[in-house]
Amino acid sequence: MAHIWRMIAQRLGFGLLTLFVVSIIIFGATELLPGDFAQAVLGQAATPEAVANIRRELGLDQPVYVRYFDWLFGVMQGDFGTSLAQRGRPVSEMIMSRLGNTFFLAIYAAAMAVPLALTLGVLVALWRNSLFDRVANSTALSAISFPEFFVAYILIFVLAQSGYFPSMARMPAGADLGEKLYRAFLPALTLTLVVTAHMMRMTRAAIINLLASPYIEMARLKGMRPSRVIIRHALPNAIAPIANVVAINLAYLITGVVVVEVVFVYPGLGQLMVDSVSRRDIPVVQAIALIFAAAYVLLNLTADVISTLSNPRLMHRT
Amino acid sequence: MTKKDVLLNIRGLKIEGKSGDDWLAIVNGVNLTLHRGEVLGLIGESGAGKSTIGLAAMGFARDGCRISDGVIEFDGTDLREASQDQLRRLRGKRIAYVAQSAAASFNPAHKLMDQYCEAPVRHGVMSRSQAEKDAVELYRKMQLPDPEGIGFRFPHQVSGGQLQRAMTAMAMSCRPDLIIFDEPTTALDVTTQIEVLAAIRDIVEQFGTAAIYITHDLAVVAQMADRIKILLKGDEVEEADTETMLSAPKDDYTKSLWAVRSFQRAEQAAPRDKPVVSLRNISAAYGPVKVLDDISFDIHPRRTVAVVGESGSGKSTAARVITGLLPPTRGEVLFDGEALPPDYRKRTRDQLRHAQMIYQMADTALNPKLTLRRLIGRPAQMYLGLRGRALTERIRELLDLIELEPDQYIDRLPSELSGGQKQRIGIARALAAEPRFIICDEVTSALDQIVAEGILRLLDKLQSEFNLAYMFITHDLATVRAIADDVVVMQKGRVVEQGPKPEMFAPPHEPYTELLLSSVPEMDPDWLTKLLEQRSRKGLPQSADQ
Repeated sequence: MAHIWRMIAQRLGFGLLTLFVVSIIIFGATELLPGDFAQAVLGQAATPEAVANIRRELGLDQPVYVRYFDWLFGVMQGDFGTSLAQRGRPVSEMIMSRLGNTFFLAIYAAAMAVPLALTLGVLVALWRNSLFDRVANSTALSAISFPEFFVAYILIFVLAQSGYFPSMARMPAGADLGEKLYRAFLPALTLTLVVTAHMMRMTRAAIINLLASPYIEMARLKGMRPSRVIIRHALPNAIAPIANVVAINLAYLITGVVVVEVVFVYPGLGQLMVDSVSRRDIPVVQAIALIFAAAYVLLNLTADVISTLSNPRLMHRT
Repeated sequence: MTKKDVLLNIRGLKIEGKSGDDWLAIVNGVNLTLHRGEVLGLIGESGAGKSTIGLAAMGFARDGCRISDGVIEFDGTDLREASQDQLRRLRGKRIAYVAQSAAASFNPAHKLMDQYCEAPVRHGVMSRSQAEKDAVELYRKMQLPDPEGIGFRFPHQVSGGQLQRAMTAMAMSCRPDLIIFDEPTTALDVTTQIEVLAAIRDIVEQFGTAAIYITHDLAVVAQMADRIKILLKGDEVEEADTETMLSAPKDDYTKSLWAVRSFQRAEQAAPRDKPVVSLRNISAAYGPVKVLDDISFDIHPRRTVAVVGESGSGKSTAARVITGLLPPTRGEVLFDGEALPPDYRKRTRDQLRHAQMIYQMADTALNPKLTLRRLIGRPAQMYLGLRGRALTERIRELLDLIELEPDQYIDRLPSELSGGQKQRIGIARALAAEPRFIICDEVTSALDQIVAEGILRLLDKLQSEFNLAYMFITHDLATVRAIADDVVVMQKGRVVEQGPKPEMFAPPHEPYTELLLSSVPEMDPDWLTKLLEQRSRKGLPQSADQ
């Protein structure tokens, strides 16, 4: 076990480095955007004096590296700064509620998509080249071929127009879990349709890839049922590639869902980030970017740990 | 024997394999009868269809193969007519299979015990706890070390020879009527092979299990089988009981198989020249793992030094040190008395040219996308600067040397050649550089015996023609007997013994050399029995790892 902890510690170290680099890139990228917060907030009324005033007031007249390091030292002390757009409101407070919503939707979608994808993946591997395989594959492929908003609108058309589920996912304050699940069902279903195909096909490929192995032939020659051959003999050896593709898709559920959030008016992080970019509210953009990067780092780390745990050759070295 | 004793009866078995869109015959009408408790040896070169027949005896055909005709009757059931469910209930329970590579055929994700118990528990023969007790019993019978504990290890934690015995125990788990042994010792070292052979023979005898023993090694099958059947390209050549088959083979093909081991190259005069290559006190390591410990030997022009040892003894590492792929931690390699730079990147083109290499797996050593013209032409171009017509002439000359018709072969791809022909291309490629020294790394061990002999003869001819010095890495002592002038015996990274061949093959030996020499199977059907008796009398270890 010791080497697992060592690996985790090492990877977390590299993760921190990644976050640092990401923060520089995001800061640099926002610098490249035309205009800054002062111009964005004043809009038509932007006289040079007014712009200069606001800049001075917010410290935007400082050179870029001064602003970056100010921000960086703040972050290292756990202070993400205050929003520019909503004067004086701490960034962490703005993000907190959105973060909860984003995680709720991601976990909701993942709870449907991951078991569904893995089960389907195993079944299509078991009944490969059958009618079921072809139908499942082509359905899954068409689901990812359509743009997300299109899938979302189809679902609204079918399930919301007929009154089964709400098309607006805004949560009333103090909603209980059942209410939340009900209201967020359509966005979660949309995301499920979008991510299932990738995971299912990878599961199928990873299993089928192993079917030519001598130990699979051995299992068959021991008279094992086809289902047991797949689940007991092939699947445990296919966990590493499957864990990786699941991690990538889960990261996507956290970071890439802005379109779905917009369609269903769901108050998640993605929307907040897009709004903050257009308002040039840099501290908020930075904080969200770091959260997204951290999600990628942690999920990939988890996938690697699972791969290692699933491989006796790495776990029990002699 | 009466008719009732017949366990397996195969009549007119035809099997086809898919090649592109066509079905090609792999087995054309083989008959086979096996009685209860009898061991039948199936012998043939690669492509003879022996494994395919073995699997067909379980009613199984690999993907891309189909059983197209014939009757396979197992204890009164026609396996071709049986449903998948019926077959499933036979497999593992009444007919079991032992595969060639136990390391690949055990599932890496599960412990040995879980894999052992699977068949008896799933087939409802015993409960899990009974099966576990039974496993320990069988592990003990198979003389596995730590029979109580070994089942709770993963396959990668167990050595190859032990795994092969564990797999035989697993095949025995339901006490089947028939076991198919598909080359169970081919992947093992000679010293390990002995113990596996002995264990298999004992247990088959003890339980009165019938067996089909598939192998390409005549000496091995002579120890194991009551009867031997010879196959050639999917056809039956002849069948007889073991004694008769060994003493009086009828068919010409069988006789040629028997004669293969007769190649013996002419004795060479003692070396007068100074050595081409000398290793001086070489030690080497892969990271923290020490693999070579203070080895020294010389290789003279026109002589062949055979480096022998089991896997892991450091033979191939020595070759890597000589070629500069692995700089040694200590010691030096001399070429014509001058020290070579340890790293190949620091060597001159001429230094590189003079030491060439031929590999074990010609399949992977030849770029599958290049024609022979480019494969062989490349070194001639790079080292000797040949261009245009001169280059083509040289390539044709080289093809002539390796006995392949230039017009016919020059523009072929490796995939259009047989295994032996590919190995010949490997030789031509080495010769193209006009080297003085060639390392042959197990060049014949992936080939059938008849083909291998052709390669050995060719290498011998080329050596006298071009005054070549060979370093011949092998684990096969028959090959050593055939071609070596000097022998270096290695074990665990050290040189145990070295000297001219006649001395090395005559007693007295170092204990390890003795073990190695006596472990080479002989055609005598009683060889294994006598050897085991002799060893237990002398109190010698049965093998290297016990």
